[in-house]
Amino acid sequence: MLEITEGSHAVAEAVRLCRPQVISAYPITPQTHIVEALADMVANCQLDAEYITVENELSALSACVGASAAGSRVYSATTSQGLALMFEVCFNAAGMRLPIVMTIANRALGAPLSIWNDQQDSISLRDSGWLQFYAEDNQEATDLHFIAYKVCEDHSVLLPAMICFDGFILSHVYEPVDMLSQEDVDRYLPAFTPYQRLDAADPISFGMYATPEYYHEFRYEIDNAAKRAKEVIKKAGKEFNTLFGRDYSAMVEGYRLDDAETAIVAMGSICGTIKDAIDEMREEGMKVGLLKIRVFRPFPSEEIAQALSRAKHIAVLDKNISLGAKGALAMEVRDALYGSTIPVKGYVIGLGGRDVRKKDIKEIVSLAQKGANDQFYGLRREVL
Amino acid sequence: MALAIGCRAKPGKSRDNKTGSWRVFKPVFDKEKCTKCGLCMTLCPEGCIHQTDEEFVEPDYTYCKGCGICAEECPGEGIAMQQEEK
Repeated sequence: MLEITEGSHAVAEAVRLCRPQVISAYPITPQTHIVEALADMVANCQLDAEYITVENELSALSACVGASAAGSRVYSATTSQGLALMFEVCFNAAGMRLPIVMTIANRALGAPLSIWNDQQDSISLRDSGWLQFYAEDNQEATDLHFIAYKVCEDHSVLLPAMICFDGFILSHVYEPVDMLSQEDVDRYLPAFTPYQRLDAADPISFGMYATPEYYHEFRYEIDNAAKRAKEVIKKAGKEFNTLFGRDYSAMVEGYRLDDAETAIVAMGSICGTIKDAIDEMREEGMKVGLLKIRVFRPFPSEEIAQALSRAKHIAVLDKNISLGAKGALAMEVRDALYGSTIPVKGYVIGLGGRDVRKKDIKEIVSLAQKGANDQFYGLRREVL
Repeated sequence: MALAIGCRAKPGKSRDNKTGSWRVFKPVFDKEKCTKCGLCMTLCPEGCIHQTDEEFVEPDYTYCKGCGICAEECPGEGIAMQQEEK
């Protein structure tokens, strides 16, 4: 049923429908409305879950790790500094192979302090072993939660996932979302069957010590599981489409890309703006298209190389910067296209909440067509 | 050997973790100098120095990390650290 709702509340409702048994989170802007809504649902008996209040995000994710190891379906949400505080536990959750699902309301990292949107927080955890999904709108953000639980809990994957949606731009925006019913979700997402769990009658430890003789191989196995997730994501997306008519079977999605000479590559809510800009440029006769990256981990290199093979210019937009290097997506798209002669240019945009408008997208397309080098786009004059 | 998913293990696994592989210097005990005072046994952080049938002490090289505390503390200088080749 279509409902006009705030992004955060749509996500909270989706999480409720997934029947998590344990939730632990610490409120932080712009994630607060999600966990506030979930706390209400638990207090009002609309959700039969244990809501563990904690003193900070390190504890929140630690509580989730314990609860997941004990065999519960677990949920958390955070952003920015909160995610940074979870850094250590993020690696442990993946290494212990715990299928935790966590929403990231993407926000810039300090210093300087900023509560506004970019994707530096989750991008900085791209090496942690968590699957990463980026949503373009609130419908996608909502649906990805059902898919993520299904993928993470698959015994051939057993990895945690971050559902990333842009803070404020999506989290605080009211737009129509088609919400599934409890019956629908129950049909799609079966109860969590842990692969192993903590049990006093049959004790087991998670994430034990590995000597140099074995650590290397454990990392290899986590990497393999993340790569196996590609097929599981495609299958889960296909099944979602069969049941509910929204297709998430591809990890990347082209928009007017087939005959595009200039291809833009981007992730998250900016894809909506880009599509509008493309429509206008198409009307002027410019052959421009978009490749939206929905799944950033595992990284869909083959799909990207295939989708961009006919382009003449590629502009990759990054709402993040690996300081001293390049935007993360630009570097990885370039890696995916290694050996190809198509020029790939990386443009860092919209950090710390700077608006990216249709005219900026058009300007970037013209920069890419001129072959302008990788750069921070739209810098103020005083720093030039 | 297939690795346990998430490096999960039943209790008692620390016995399987043969820390002797960490060792660079190996403590060698000289029975002539040993007064059986037992200080090495008490101070060994790994708890791997045990009494033998003849009441002398010997480290368990399977777990001895070669930290050298026993050699440092032995009042009779009866323990020598010798570099091992592996």
